[in-house]
Amino acid sequence: MSASTLPPQFEVVDRPLDTQMTISMGPQHPSTHGVLRLELVLDGEMVVKCTPDIGYLHTGMEKLFEYKKYQQGIVITDRMDYLNPLGNNLAYVMAVEKLLGIEIPERAQVIRVLMCELQRIASHLVWLGTHALDLGAMTVFFYCFREREKILNLIEAASGGRLTPSYFRIGGLMMDLPAGFERRVKQFNDNFPPAHAEFHSLLTGNRIFQKRTQGIGIVSAEDAIDLGLTGPSLRGSGVNVDVRRTNPYTGYETYDFEIPVETSCDVWGRYLVRMREMLESHKIAVQALARLKPGSVKADAPKVVLPDREAMKTHMDALIHHFLIVAEGFNVPAGEVYHAIEGSKGELGVYIKSDGGPKPARVHFRGPSFVNLSALPHMCEGEMIADVVAVIGSIDIVLGEIDR
Amino acid sequence: MSQDIQREQTIAAQSASPLEYPALLSLVAALRQAQAEWVSDVVQAFGEITVVVPRAQVGAVCAFLKTAPEFAFNLLADLCGVDRGPEEEPRFEVNYHLFSTTKYHRLRLKVLLNEDDAHVPTVSGIWRTANWHERETYDLVGIIFDGHPDLRRILLPDDWQGHALRKDFPLRGYEPYSLT
Repeated sequence: MSASTLPPQFEVVDRPLDTQMTISMGPQHPSTHGVLRLELVLDGEMVVKCTPDIGYLHTGMEKLFEYKKYQQGIVITDRMDYLNPLGNNLAYVMAVEKLLGIEIPERAQVIRVLMCELQRIASHLVWLGTHALDLGAMTVFFYCFREREKILNLIEAASGGRLTPSYFRIGGLMMDLPAGFERRVKQFNDNFPPAHAEFHSLLTGNRIFQKRTQGIGIVSAEDAIDLGLTGPSLRGSGVNVDVRRTNPYTGYETYDFEIPVETSCDVWGRYLVRMREMLESHKIAVQALARLKPGSVKADAPKVVLPDREAMKTHMDALIHHFLIVAEGFNVPAGEVYHAIEGSKGELGVYIKSDGGPKPARVHFRGPSFVNLSALPHMCEGEMIADVVAVIGSIDIVLGEIDR
Repeated sequence: MSQDIQREQTIAAQSASPLEYPALLSLVAALRQAQAEWVSDVVQAFGEITVVVPRAQVGAVCAFLKTAPEFAFNLLADLCGVDRGPEEEPRFEVNYHLFSTTKYHRLRLKVLLNEDDAHVPTVSGIWRTANWHERETYDLVGIIFDGHPDLRRILLPDDWQGHALRKDFPLRGYEPYSLT
């Protein structure tokens, strides 16, 4: 049969590689860190167009907030960025506290800082392990998870939960730290710098790792700001912005730490920023531990904070308050606030609109992963397909927070 | 119970908290003086400043706030839509949370929209990060951003009916959704 008699879709193409191919990467691809699907248009091995497709984990959490009382919303926040649940707790409870105008006791603030920095190290350890795993370095993963396990044990000792602690409550903490906790944190703090040096020795000097990360996924400082990047992804592009420094909360202005900044604007730069950030978090954790003094961990706001168990047995008003908080919740002044903290992945902002009742009218989470992922096409297009996994690893996304 | 009343009063006094960025208020006041049609209202609450902007002026205000050196709001931190309920008029709000990476101050812009005309000009040409935020707001609240380059649903499937974050959308949906 001659070519002219064929229907047009079967015409012979002279140079098959000159055409573009569309492939679907994910949602079950192990290097997309969850259920992210990328629609990649490829020319040979080069990415021409990258379109992220999200929503596979969407569970309507923001809708759910509107049907729960303020204190019940805390457990929902745990499930957003499940690698940094204490950060989510903190952003949410601080926004509600801002609406209520509650002041938190000194000890509760120090414990919040301590726990958040430990959580940041744990989150970065998962990032480091999986990032290295994506690029073919398997060993690092086990070393990272060994250290992370120690942090999760500490969080479990304090709150009872490993991944879903819900430790921070509106007006303070769930409860005070258990006996012997400070000794265990000190033990972790003493052992962390050598472990961190071990990660460096495994990866940083590795020529393959350097070749896979240097000059890949470049985003300039202007582009990074325009694309809304925050956190280590922004600081890897040479912009010195950290919410802990620019808009301090929970007393971060009184701690001595540095903001790591790299100017190489690539995957390598973002890697170095996070590596150094772990040591800075460790530094803050050491300072916070030294500041722990005995005191109350709950604010003096009986209509908002659950009373002590013992007080409930002896004081009638404590019992009444307990009943009212649990059964009806507490009214929050009408208005709206936006509170941002530095999560492990960037600026974690919470917008709460209250209509004066015990349930919020609207809760919106500005997840840093969501915004950082929206910058992925800018970083990927023009790169090789094998580098896409390196770039995804470098922006450190958690799909639970993206899809909410 | 008099102790309780006292405590509530102190809490109420604390909630009249000082502004987080006091210098910004005078800048906003100066802006209102200079461009009266840009600012319909300025609200101070909980230490934050909210500027209510008429819908038609959103593009001009945002472009000005981004480039003016005294504001320098070069980073759009967040954009979210709010449904105030079907009985409210105007029913919808769009909130823009601006941040400056040089001045470190924050500002909220607010646009109010009626239910029958829930259109607002896009700001994705000013901050590229607005692209996904606006898609999310369109998907969940149903606000249409005129001029947006790619206004598709982002979290929910393309064939989803309705907008899930509207107050009249039931929590568990209308019927079970099947992906097959």
